[in-house]
Amino acid sequence: MLNTFVVYVENKPGVLTRVASLFRRRAFNIDSLTVGRTEKPEVSRMTITVDADYDQARRIEANLYKLVNVLLVENITQEAAIVRDLAMIKVAATHEARSHVLELASVFRARVVDVSPESLTIEITGAEDKIDGLLDVLRPYGVLEMVRTGIVAMRRGSKSSVPLAPVNGLAQAAAAGDEDVSCSV
Amino acid sequence: MKKTGAQILWECLEREGVKHVFGYPGGAILPAYDALKHSSIHHVLVRHEQGATHMADGYARATGGVGIAVATSGPGATNMVTGIATAMMDSSPIVCITGQVGSKLIGSDAFQETDITGVTLPITKHNYLVTHADEVARTVREAFYVARSGRPGPVLIDITKDAQQSCCEFDWDAAKPQLPGYRPDLSPAPEEYAQAWELIRNSKRPVILAGHGILVSGAEREVRDLAERAGIPVALTLLGLGAFPASHPLNLGMMGMHGEAWVNHTIQDADLLIALGMRFDDRVTGNLKTYASNAKKIHVEIDPAEINKNVKVDVALVGDLREVLHELLPKVETVDRGEWLDYIDRLKGDSAVRDIQNLPDSGHLYAAHVINDLWRETRDGNTVVVTDVGQHQMWEAQYYKHEQPRSLITSGGLGTMGFALPAAIGAKVARPAAEVWAIVGDGGFQMTMSEMATIVQENLKVHIAIINNGYLGMVRQWQEFFYERNYQATPLLNPDFAKLAEAYGIRSMNVKQRSEVVPAVQSARRHEGPVLINFQVEQEDTVYPMVAAGASLHEMIRRPSSIVETAADE
Repeated sequence: MLNTFVVYVENKPGVLTRVASLFRRRAFNIDSLTVGRTEKPEVSRMTITVDADYDQARRIEANLYKLVNVLLVENITQEAAIVRDLAMIKVAATHEARSHVLELASVFRARVVDVSPESLTIEITGAEDKIDGLLDVLRPYGVLEMVRTGIVAMRRGSKSSVPLAPVNGLAQAAAAGDEDVSCSV
Repeated sequence: MKKTGAQILWECLEREGVKHVFGYPGGAILPAYDALKHSSIHHVLVRHEQGATHMADGYARATGGVGIAVATSGPGATNMVTGIATAMMDSSPIVCITGQVGSKLIGSDAFQETDITGVTLPITKHNYLVTHADEVARTVREAFYVARSGRPGPVLIDITKDAQQSCCEFDWDAAKPQLPGYRPDLSPAPEEYAQAWELIRNSKRPVILAGHGILVSGAEREVRDLAERAGIPVALTLLGLGAFPASHPLNLGMMGMHGEAWVNHTIQDADLLIALGMRFDDRVTGNLKTYASNAKKIHVEIDPAEINKNVKVDVALVGDLREVLHELLPKVETVDRGEWLDYIDRLKGDSAVRDIQNLPDSGHLYAAHVINDLWRETRDGNTVVVTDVGQHQMWEAQYYKHEQPRSLITSGGLGTMGFALPAAIGAKVARPAAEVWAIVGDGGFQMTMSEMATIVQENLKVHIAIINNGYLGMVRQWQEFFYERNYQATPLLNPDFAKLAEAYGIRSMNVKQRSEVVPAVQSARRHEGPVLINFQVEQEDTVYPMVAAGASLHEMIRRPSSIVETAADE
């Protein structure tokens, strides 16, 4: 089944490579990976979807934690979450077809972001199946080009992920004899 | 005060307690070597950077401390790859320091430029590229902390030439490690202990699987307490040998592909496996589908990613082994398991090793003779045996009885030929009072034998015992069993090892008869310097028993009956 992980990592060069390399090395197949900034400049957030059974998902989580730059891993597959993908779809739309395409776009609450004599570019945001749905109905008109961002996900409700203290403030839980080392718990 | 990155590097190593480093200079690391003259650290000049990493590894395994290897950029760094992978597979804490081309040149394919952090990404616990002098101190502190904490492993620090040369303020105290995501200290939940107690209490046929983690954690006494209190026999992994005394009545010996039959049968017949600091490697389990299928499993392991990786367990106690056993022990009940132990004794009686060592001297010299005699001669000493990889390694594991922790150093996970000689050098540098023997095959020895020069240059008394059968013996054995004796590319035309050793200034002996083994060993021990003994053993000897790759653990290729009968006749 498709698992969705939210992974907080240190915003440092090479961290994306480390995460991607882990999936390759352990032979887990990434379905989608997005990475972007968070409300804290020193922290980046990844949303990773990967096909894995329960044990594999647990091992993915454990292996992610073995990466020194990984701060927090949440498997939100079973949780109520807002999941969004963004797509831009360039559709062949000559004069006759244009109104039909515009109609379809509006049914899906997609926006037209570019128009040319021969084409329309539609932007749509939503869950993956919604985008797939729009894509299906546009195909007969001729999809000239398409790009999707991959999904980003967030839990519903007021509960946020375990709050991350500023990186410099995590002085607790240092190993005995290594009191100087700051680690999180 | 202001210092160069190179000066800061050595000072940080000194503050981390480093006394020795193993290295090889070159262009991009020259600023660091230039600053070495002001340091108290002793630099051991190796002959190949792979040797430096194995020496650091041997140093770490002999003591439990962190071993250091130094190399230049490009080929110097890539030569370290095998040693780093070896340390990674066997959880050995080493820190590798490599020079890198100037930060302005990175990415330009400059002379001797290699993306070594990229290359070593999957085979290091963590690695760093340092491009500024002011990052050196914190990086070194982090590297040491990461290398030795949790499940230990190799850390590589790649330092650009300009970072070594430029100056900055050096403040050790201010350069604290910042590892917000790193969490080496995990501990089990109370209910997990309760489940473990329950399983141990209800078990009629338990067995402890003792692994390398016992040595890493320093939990030898706790494991012994557990075994004795609950009357549980102990089987060991290859890397676990020495973690539980070989002479202890509850010690079964090594398990797995070349474990004795009663050990593997005990595991297959058990109703509870208590796995301590081991990871159910395929060489230990055989076919997973039939592995200990009637047993519940408790897994005590510091690395959560190992839980349920190969073998699904009933209770996982994730944490430092010693700490976990401290919690576990008080409520482990004393149980009489006489019936189970008697059963195992009968297994032993039934399938006990028909020791080749008990065979009459037929004029043939078997490797088992050599190992067994070497053990008898050196057993009372403070001896560290370092083995290479192959048949001799398995014979060593079977016939050398390890009583002390850290008395065997061997490449288990990666199975790196060429490991023994440099690792033995590292062990000797770490423990100068120990008697160090490198037991090597004639194949593996030739992969790193240039380090004989390092032995001589450093004036180290490291003895080399070549188990010379003129073949890549283990590969030949597989060809014998599984490839219809098609001995492709396994016969070796060897140099005269004795003469070779003499050329390096190492005393040497040739041994062909069993009667010569003990005198040769005694003579080597008396000699003040290093000695190489070339044991010319039976060429087509085979390691028994053997669980073929993919076969069930109880399905072993046993010793041929002719040997058994001869032994029985005796």
